[in-house]
Amino acid sequence: MRAWPILSALLLAACGGPVNNPYPAGQAGGNILYSAFSERPKHLDPARSYSENEVVFTGQVYEPPLQYHYLKRPYELEPLTAEAMPKVSFHAADGRALPADAPAEAIAWSAYEIRIRPGIRYQPHPAFAERPDGTPRYVPIDPEELAGIKRFADFRETGSRELTAADYVYQIKRLANPRLNSPIFGLMGEYIVGLREYGAQLEMAAKALPRDAYLDLGRHPLAGAEVVDRYTYRIKIRGKYPQFVYWLAMPFFAPVPAEAERFYGQPGMAEKNFSLDWQPVGTGPFYLAENDPNRVMRLVRNPHYHDDLYPAEGEASDAAAGLLADAGRRLPLLDEAVYSLEKEDIPYWTKFLQGYYDSSGISSDTFDQAIRIGPDGQPDLSPEMRARGIELSTAVRTSIWYVGFNMRDPLLGGAGDAARRLRQAISIALDYEEFISIFLNGRGIPAQGPLPPGIYGHREGEAGINPVVYRWQDGRAVRRGIEDAKRLLAEAGYPGGREAASGRPLTLYFDTMASGPEAKSRLDWYRKQFERLGVQLVVRATDYNRFQDKMLKGNAQIFEWGWNADYPDPENFLFLLYGPNQKMEKNGENAANYANPEFDRLFRQMKDMDNGPARQALIDRMLAIVREDAPWIFAYYPKSFGLRHGWVGNAKPNLMANNTLKYRRVEPAQRLAYQERWNRPVWWPLAASAVLVGAAIVPAAVAYRRRQRASARG
Amino acid sequence: MLAYIVRRILYAVPILIGVNLLTFALFFVVNTPDDMARIHLGAKHVTAEAVERWKAEHGYDKPLFYNAAGTGTGKVTETLFVEKSLALFVFDFGRADDGRDIAREIQARMWPSLAIAAPTFLVGLAAYISFALVTVFFRATYLDLAGVVLCVVLMSISGLFYIIGGQYLLGKLWHLVPVSGYEPGLAGFKFLILPVLVGVVSGLGDSSRFYRTLFLEEIHKDYVRTARAKGLAERVVLFRHVLGNAMIPILTGAVVVIPRLFLGSLIVESFFGIPGLGSYTIDAIQAQDFAIVRSMVFLGSVLYILGLLLTDISYTLVDPRVRLE
Repeated sequence: MRAWPILSALLLAACGGPVNNPYPAGQAGGNILYSAFSERPKHLDPARSYSENEVVFTGQVYEPPLQYHYLKRPYELEPLTAEAMPKVSFHAADGRALPADAPAEAIAWSAYEIRIRPGIRYQPHPAFAERPDGTPRYVPIDPEELAGIKRFADFRETGSRELTAADYVYQIKRLANPRLNSPIFGLMGEYIVGLREYGAQLEMAAKALPRDAYLDLGRHPLAGAEVVDRYTYRIKIRGKYPQFVYWLAMPFFAPVPAEAERFYGQPGMAEKNFSLDWQPVGTGPFYLAENDPNRVMRLVRNPHYHDDLYPAEGEASDAAAGLLADAGRRLPLLDEAVYSLEKEDIPYWTKFLQGYYDSSGISSDTFDQAIRIGPDGQPDLSPEMRARGIELSTAVRTSIWYVGFNMRDPLLGGAGDAARRLRQAISIALDYEEFISIFLNGRGIPAQGPLPPGIYGHREGEAGINPVVYRWQDGRAVRRGIEDAKRLLAEAGYPGGREAASGRPLTLYFDTMASGPEAKSRLDWYRKQFERLGVQLVVRATDYNRFQDKMLKGNAQIFEWGWNADYPDPENFLFLLYGPNQKMEKNGENAANYANPEFDRLFRQMKDMDNGPARQALIDRMLAIVREDAPWIFAYYPKSFGLRHGWVGNAKPNLMANNTLKYRRVEPAQRLAYQERWNRPVWWPLAASAVLVGAAIVPAAVAYRRRQRASARG
Repeated sequence: MLAYIVRRILYAVPILIGVNLLTFALFFVVNTPDDMARIHLGAKHVTAEAVERWKAEHGYDKPLFYNAAGTGTGKVTETLFVEKSLALFVFDFGRADDGRDIAREIQARMWPSLAIAAPTFLVGLAAYISFALVTVFFRATYLDLAGVVLCVVLMSISGLFYIIGGQYLLGKLWHLVPVSGYEPGLAGFKFLILPVLVGVVSGLGDSSRFYRTLFLEEIHKDYVRTARAKGLAERVVLFRHVLGNAMIPILTGAVVVIPRLFLGSLIVESFFGIPGLGSYTIDAIQAQDFAIVRSMVFLGSVLYILGLLLTDISYTLVDPRVRLE
């Protein structure tokens, strides 16, 4: 009896199926995408979820009114559940309508009116289940019945209903719910009319209730979000905030049915981990059928998903790349997506090569196995990967890494000429071409300014270089020589890295939360770069909290920082250098505490403008100012490398969209054939081991018997 | 014996209070609730109000030891120490920072841990003792020397190497088992083979050497000579008499770990994707989820003390001369 699992494994092997297949046999040949997650998501509630590893799931379940076009570049918004793009109107303080070209100062509030498509339905969910008399089946739920429910799937009855505008308004109210602590409440409180006050009102109401009692948001109206009719709602924004439309493509503004919150708000639900944070309810192409973040998370096609077709147009190269082959097909193209917990890179990579994961990133350990850098410096697949039919896709992320100077620092900061030259000298000395080659395996491009490629305002070619650090030579940007940096250093009053007056060596301090052996080599590299200038760099490594504290108090001198775009608009990067957003005192995102009145003035003008030549001209001026002032060393824009097997289709990197799973296609038969070919079990080592053990046991047994039979005389 | 057990349980109380105080000081004084909030809220759009709201949501908005704003006993009970630390004594672990019930998670995760740890422990113990007895039987021969050299070689290799080597050979090269993963029930058997094998082999070197030393000490004693003089087979001498008399040090090392088998292994679970308590703890440390870390530290202390108590009790079972009074 004990041997039956081994026998069954042998039998399976005899039948030809790989014995190392980690998935249930019943899934073989299914229209399923296999992927993995390394960190369990913390929140799946669209009011709270913000991390990349969370939107992998929430992006497929929840549907905000807008989405990014899957194929078009630059990134373009289009309606998702909305019938059309929002109608935006501007109003004076007295409510009077203003023309679209009214100056931003004259606009007291803007209104975004959104009409959603009728007929969209929610996924099956017990919150919608009804008794024959139309009352909710599980609200209120009998405590005895709840006691018998162990897993979410134990709720046998489910229902659905049509999506309405009220669900969107309800979710906007939830952003202010003090019990949810939405990460964007602070930011949206500044824009959505009455949201901050609404939060205070809810906080009072929540305090009057027991800790776990249901807080009925329906009783409290919100001035800035109102239902116009069954399918139309309106959001009021303070002043003019053209970037608000991008927020409407994020799960924060996806609909949540009040029934779901009432269902989960019942006593005993939270103790069983039944909550919106763990069992989402959406209208998206998939629903979360299994949520075991300790092992596996499974998205299954939503049977009620509305009409949604694969796009028929994209970039010029998309047709040749086969990305339009499914044009007009109904989405989603997959039946299911299975995400397994895989915490370590090595097993992930091995299973990818065995065909058990459809796609993979490339860790530094596996980079050399996967990628060859060609003579032109361009990455390409290694012959081994090509032989397996693996494909590579790369994309420059809409992110930037930079080294910041604290502009409040008496030595390095301020608008003074000497400090500026010192910052410029360091900017030249830090050779990020070398850094990218050593530490990133070439997965990045040196940054010329705060705007990464793909963001409006970024310029390629000579017009886009940072003239303080680079010169244009032979058709490419070439970093200025160390002599230029030394000259600037001398002009700053530190010839040869020593203070001109006293002769004392210049010592600078680098604050970081990096630690460990990997960080050590990187920090040594920084020291070496400063040494080229004769400047001593002292690394002050600390933990995350102390580092944050230093930044808040302005005690850091030089630091590393990064930013990942919330939306593809230059405002989302340039606001990191806007004076009123300083980290020190204002707790804003301007970590360098940079303040330049001219830059700030241009920023206020630029942020409300539509993309066009006038906006580009303003951005060019702003970039020239920050390049000259050098509050940051613009380090690099990271590049993502992704591998996928040949059976995966429609995999175009889209760094803005969260809901790309619905476009993905797999060829299950092809995958199955490859899995079987790549995973034929090798049995001889088992036989060899048995022989070896036998070879050790037999002489020992013989010796034992001989010794037992030996007489005292031998 | 009952009085002894009760006394030992009472001794455990001050130890657990000490552990509690120490972890409380580490988690709340060195690392303040403000620090915790900032870690969890991430780097974007974090405001002072958001920090306050996070603290309120997670019940960290109270004073450490004395609540002047409280009324009556609330001055003492409505504090972080009582709510977050003393509550552990009644196994009220509270909620993790992601809102999940910690006790429920522990209940769910201890089985995968046990599925790996129990067979590794049992198979390992049998293998190590048998191997040690064989080397003792062939003491001072080339077989003994080969066994000792093998043990030293096995001891010299890092535990991580066994994991990666095992995954490479059995999973990647020979395709005999899945490289990682877990399934509950019998379907999960294929996932357990490799981690158990790796666990047993990685412990073979040091455990067998240790047991060999114990047995060698016994083998020269008078009772062994007497047993041989009676004409008993060497197998009986070794497995009945020598093993029986060497039980006290074996139990000292073995029984203490039995209750802690539930806690799993940090590295093995992480590499093999086993959703046990070891990976739960390491995830919590990485995510700085102190509610979980605190609970696991407390649970670890309780189980360790329980292990020590079981060890003492087991002495009476293998050695009639030992009395617990």
